[in-house]
Amino acid sequence: MTTTAPFPAPAKTVAEPDIVEAEHIGKVFHRDSFEVVALEDVSLTIARGDFVALMGPSGSGKTTLLNMIAAVDRPTSGTMRVMGQDIYRLNDREAARWRNEKIGYIFQTFNLIPVLTAAENVELPLLLTRLSKGERREHVETALRLVGLQDRMGHLPKQLSGGQEQRVAIARAIVSDPAILLADEPTGDLDRQSAAEVLEIMTRLNQEFRKTVVMVTHDAHAAGYAHVTRHLEKGHLQA
Amino acid sequence: MAIPITYNLRHLRQRPGATAMTAVGIALTVAIALFILALLGGLRQAFARSGQPLNVLVLRKGSTAEVSSTVTEQQAALLRTMPGIAKNAAGQPMVSPELVVVVSLPQRDGAGPNNVTVRGLGPIGMQLRPQVHLVQGRWFHAGQREVDVSQSVARRYRHAHVGGSIRFGQGQWRVVGIFAAGNTAPSSEIWGDVHQMQGDFQRQGVFSSVLLQAASPVEASALVRRVSSDQQLELHGTHEQAYYAQQTQSGAPIEFVGWVVALIMAIGSCFAAMNTMYAAVAYREREIGTLRMLGFSRPSILGCFVLESLMLAVLGWALAVVVMLPLNGLTTGTMNNATFSEVVFQIKMTPAVLGWALAFALLMGLIGGLAPAWQAARREIVSALRA
Repeated sequence: MTTTAPFPAPAKTVAEPDIVEAEHIGKVFHRDSFEVVALEDVSLTIARGDFVALMGPSGSGKTTLLNMIAAVDRPTSGTMRVMGQDIYRLNDREAARWRNEKIGYIFQTFNLIPVLTAAENVELPLLLTRLSKGERREHVETALRLVGLQDRMGHLPKQLSGGQEQRVAIARAIVSDPAILLADEPTGDLDRQSAAEVLEIMTRLNQEFRKTVVMVTHDAHAAGYAHVTRHLEKGHLQA
Repeated sequence: MAIPITYNLRHLRQRPGATAMTAVGIALTVAIALFILALLGGLRQAFARSGQPLNVLVLRKGSTAEVSSTVTEQQAALLRTMPGIAKNAAGQPMVSPELVVVVSLPQRDGAGPNNVTVRGLGPIGMQLRPQVHLVQGRWFHAGQREVDVSQSVARRYRHAHVGGSIRFGQGQWRVVGIFAAGNTAPSSEIWGDVHQMQGDFQRQGVFSSVLLQAASPVEASALVRRVSSDQQLELHGTHEQAYYAQQTQSGAPIEFVGWVVALIMAIGSCFAAMNTMYAAVAYREREIGTLRMLGFSRPSILGCFVLESLMLAVLGWALAVVVMLPLNGLTTGTMNNATFSEVVFQIKMTPAVLGWALAFALLMGLIGGLAPAWQAARREIVSALRA
């Protein structure tokens, strides 16, 4: 089932290739003597600049699909091209570099490093680039300003509220200017107010900065911020 | 760039109990290693500085130490005529026939008697050992029952002070002076007139060794060859430095026992470090998954946890150094297996000793940290994030 959001999708440039092209993706997990089919024959295209919500009940394969786009999980069948790259041809080190450059990932539980400050957490992806310390600092400030936390740079995660933590996590996801933002239940651990703030930021990133956003969510309200909502049911993508 | 060091430092600080316990475990082992290294370093230094580069020590063929060697007066006279021997300002050949005996003296602290080397020598013998100088009293007079004792002998043995009287051989010997020898072999000795000693120990006409000084390094080697190959002499020449270097083996039993103990403790410390690091990896699985998701590679994760283990090792090393540093410069003694007398030396915490102890600690940290770090690096991102 495909639904349309109240926010209009940004205008697509002529002849721009799709950013995600998944064809006949299947994923089977082996647990003891059981086979669990997580995804079956999933084909999906996501255009550059789209804001896509993936919905479905628990165990429907949403996060598995998201992880596959991030090249941290591999399908047992099918092909996946992300930004024109056959990501499963990359070796471990290449995939890590590719993720660092192209993907920003937002977790449900924020996953900030508890012993590092907000600024240090945001700086982490930049440590893998050739940027100088000063340049990194500049990027970190910009990213934290974008999420409205420029005054919390020296705070440890435990000194922040849940909503603030998630905003720091968003700053970390965008600091290296990736083309795609993948969000796994980004509002799942937040109250309504904080969830709205996070979703507003994601919408702004999509609309102003033309980030392609793929968001896994249970929440129909959150999905309402997306241009397109796709439903997964027992590993099948609904038409 | 790798995961920042602050990440590891703060994690270590966040679990002070585990960090301190592991560091103390490593520190105990490093302290043992430090002690052995410092002890052997002091012993080596005592012997290594003892020999003069131009000096050649002549012993009976087959003897490995002065105390078990005999050189007759005739042999000594022949040696004096050999070419290549240096002469002093008075034109005398730098040849010193000496008598070395081991006597038992009571210690000051009541710990019972101990063996001490007594050396009979003449003025040339003193000239051949420029590192020795008088610090109190005067030198013994020839033909008198007088001795000079080293500073460490004065410190450790009863009545071994200027004006005191110590008993060995045929009777009492008056202590007339105390000399310093800068932690070289003579710093464990008592010196007296060689002829008086010969009489007292009923060794008339016989010496233990002859010390020669060559005119040049080339002549020193030539003298060694000349003496050793002379069929008539039946003596054996050695560079004085080589002779003392060989005696460093006196420390071998300490070294062996020490290293066995250190090795057993090191195994325990490695397991302690391993246990701490496995716990750290288990506790931080989600962080590992997150870091990998952000683009940090498996080698980065491996390096990060190995580094943390090495930090624990460095902390343990620093603790050990703090605990052991007060022992630096402490004077102690061990039995010289070659002379059966005590050799006195200082425990020396030299930069090299500290460096080797650090390497030992780092090795423990590496061994202890490698397996947990490997486990962290091998973890799949998806399963780590679910932890």
